[in-house]
Amino acid sequence: MKISKNSILATFALASLLLACKPKNTSNAVSGDAAAKAYVAPGKYDEFYNFVSGGFSGQMSVYGLPSGRLFRYIPVFSVDPEKGWGYNEETKPMLNTSHGFVPWDDLHHIELSQTKGEQNGKWAFANANNTPRLARIDLKTFRTAEIIELPNSGGNHSSPFGTENSEYIVAGTRFSVPGDNDNGDVPINSYKQNFKGHISFVSVAPETGEMKIAFQLRTPGVNFDLARAGKGKSHGWFFFSCYNTEQASTLLEVNASQRDKDFIMAVNWKKAEEYIKAGKGKKTPVKYAHNVYNESTQSATSKIEKEVLVLDIAEFKDICYFIPCPKSPHGCDVDPTGEYIVGSGKLAALIPVFSYDKIQKAIANKTYEGDYEGIPVIKYEAALYGEVKKPGLGPLHTEFDANGNAYTSFFVSSEIVKWNIKDLKVLDRAPTYYSVGHLCIPGGNTVKPWGKYLIAYNKITKDRYLPTGPELTQSAQIFDISGDKMQMILDFPTIGEPHYAQAAPAELIRNNGQLKIYKIAENKHPYKTNGEGEARVVREGKKVHVYMTSIRSHFAPDNIEGIKMGDEVYFHVTNLEQDWDVPHGFAIKGANNAELLIMPGETCTLKWTPDRTGIFPMYCTDFCSALHQEMQGYVRVSPAGSNVPLSFSLNKPVAENK
Amino acid sequence: MKKLALLSAALISTLIISCGGETKTQEETIQSPIATGQESNAPVYDPKRGEGKFDESNVKIGPLNEAMAAKGVAIAGTKCTSCHKLTDEKLVGPGWKGVTTRKTPHWIMNFITNPDPMIDKDPEVQAQLELCLVRMPNQSLADEDARQILEFMRKNDSSK
Ligand code: HEC
Ligand SMILES: [Cu+2]
Repeated sequence: MKISKNSILATFALASLLLACKPKNTSNAVSGDAAAKAYVAPGKYDEFYNFVSGGFSGQMSVYGLPSGRLFRYIPVFSVDPEKGWGYNEETKPMLNTSHGFVPWDDLHHIELSQTKGEQNGKWAFANANNTPRLARIDLKTFRTAEIIELPNSGGNHSSPFGTENSEYIVAGTRFSVPGDNDNGDVPINSYKQNFKGHISFVSVAPETGEMKIAFQLRTPGVNFDLARAGKGKSHGWFFFSCYNTEQASTLLEVNASQRDKDFIMAVNWKKAEEYIKAGKGKKTPVKYAHNVYNESTQSATSKIEKEVLVLDIAEFKDICYFIPCPKSPHGCDVDPTGEYIVGSGKLAALIPVFSYDKIQKAIANKTYEGDYEGIPVIKYEAALYGEVKKPGLGPLHTEFDANGNAYTSFFVSSEIVKWNIKDLKVLDRAPTYYSVGHLCIPGGNTVKPWGKYLIAYNKITKDRYLPTGPELTQSAQIFDISGDKMQMILDFPTIGEPHYAQAAPAELIRNNGQLKIYKIAENKHPYKTNGEGEARVVREGKKVHVYMTSIRSHFAPDNIEGIKMGDEVYFHVTNLEQDWDVPHGFAIKGANNAELLIMPGETCTLKWTPDRTGIFPMYCTDFCSALHQEMQGYVRVSPAGSNVPLSFSLNKPVAENK
Repeated sequence: MKKLALLSAALISTLIISCGGETKTQEETIQSPIATGQESNAPVYDPKRGEGKFDESNVKIGPLNEAMAAKGVAIAGTKCTSCHKLTDEKLVGPGWKGVTTRKTPHWIMNFITNPDPMIDKDPEVQAQLELCLVRMPNQSLADEDARQILEFMRKNDSSK
């Protein structure tokens, strides 16, 4: 099924209709040995971990490649009652923001941490697109360890892309807005005067991973879309795609698609760093939350920060340069050598490839065609290495293999196109089902791509699976790219709506010191119960703290009396197990809350405010042993003035009825 | 027609896999948590010693060491006594009274650091499992922890 040039032209004319009809039909494009290539026998392990954004689920999911099996989804920006994320007392602070507790977000992209341009298996970073934030997920525990809010920002889309040693993870605003410290009560149509872009450079501490907003660049009001750091020779530079250089604030669909070319913004971040070191950053009052999960106390804290350092790029002439790039660029991807920067204008019908060396020369010689709001605009030809002609329609995003090839996704023509970076010739094309967004090659953004597989994350599912009413799962496809031709080997459904994803060799992640249990001796939770001998119930005024333990298969204590209406009860449950994969759960009737899911050696806290008197059963929700169904207990709630004494017990002989 | 071809291709490829793949062992073998223990052709299991890294040569016992026993009782308080009483009464697992006379010191050390394979092989533990219906958990004891708990069990058995 080849697409001829004529049919490309025809589809171009019909581009808007294309989505309504299926680009290709379901049953073609799969050849005989596909099943064997994606087959991982029962009990065997996959070759790669695939960390996939969960889109509007706000979570990150983890799949195996090539099997496409879902291993886990990790709650990041959205609450998850299953794991108690955002419900238990320990994790509530993780979702705090300057707007208060925000229970949902839209997670778009993943970045795995790097050393010298190669994956190091330590952390995954993720962005929140709605209430602008950046998260760090610890790959030893597969849990979210830190979330930082981004001030001056309208929607953190151009994120979380990182530098060669994860010195910085960037966060560029998608929606320009008046700065947080500027007067924001302005007419919307005053965009040109009052709306600004901000790009945060968030530093990452090499050992702990702790994030800090090192500085922000204040830019003209445009939309920042995606970004990539330079690498190798271009280390020290960052490239951001920008659209809406028309500076429209209404009907962007039309009004932000006027100009023939938008920009890729090249940022000399080493230069910006120098200015910051020289004290040129302007201290700007803002408010943003910085939330950190402490593995030792097993609890999160949220701190509101009050200030950020800002460099206005119009005042520092040698930090930023614009490079014209056709038609609303989305992807802006740097090849493994660091020399080639691939722009993907999502409304364009060609792919421009820019040269780092030529950009440097153009800057040295001031080969500019003018300026945009005071920022120099390099001449297109002076930065251009060459164009891939007629590759397809609607290029979005490009990743690389280790053999000098690039793979670009095409949304409108619903295909992946493989092309050679040096001679810009198209080598192969493969249809996707349907309308691919981002793609992922293991290590495909690094100096050392692992290649082998390519995954297409599609935006439209239609008839790929058994139908499930109006709402469908999202569809991804795995291609074997080890040969000259791409070969589709598997479809797999995904949660939320995956945007970008990254993949790393299983060994790299498995050998990073992964945890199997929390060692109980290292648990420094302030409400830990160190064995059944310490299990107890303590009243502090209206607050009642239950120090509870769980083990196969009972709680201690499991009978509690003397709780009164108006009390706030905190169940601090410590799981005493020390073996892999023996969590216990905890739930109590009527809680306006979720369950606890407590890992071995961990302490979690459920807050419960009884709403009526009576007997309340509680039980373990995680099938833990043959006697799991016996893992239960009772809490007695009495009226506010009652004189039932506070008491707790486990296995106490039944008293005579009085 | 096409579907048929696909199906048979998939069949063929599974056949290929099942012929070629059997002898290869996975580097990361997965322990079955619910092994049956039915097979009688297992390598010889010594019920006096158990299975693990301990035997007469590396578990030496002398006069009761009170300091060690004190450390042992603290660890047991966190990791063990929610299932074991110090008397001969069963809780989740059997009471600990008399365990050091029923079992050799190295058997105990092996069992408490390496319960899973022993539950599958040891006839007496199998019998206990039938009564308790809960598998003795691996509580991730360091060798030292295990030795200290053993000392505490000895102390428990020496007192009346
Ligand atoms: C979840 C409950 C549980 C916990 C916690 C537990 N055990 Fe056990 N234990 C058992 C059960 C049940 C058995 C009986 C064998 C079986 O069913 O697997 C057992 C058997 C034993 C035996 C053999 C007793 C005999 O008389 O043969 C020893 C020794 C022992 N456990 C020591 C320990 C030590 C030491 C710890 C703490 C590190 C511990 N156990 C923690 C449940 C538990
Ligand atoms: Cu349980």
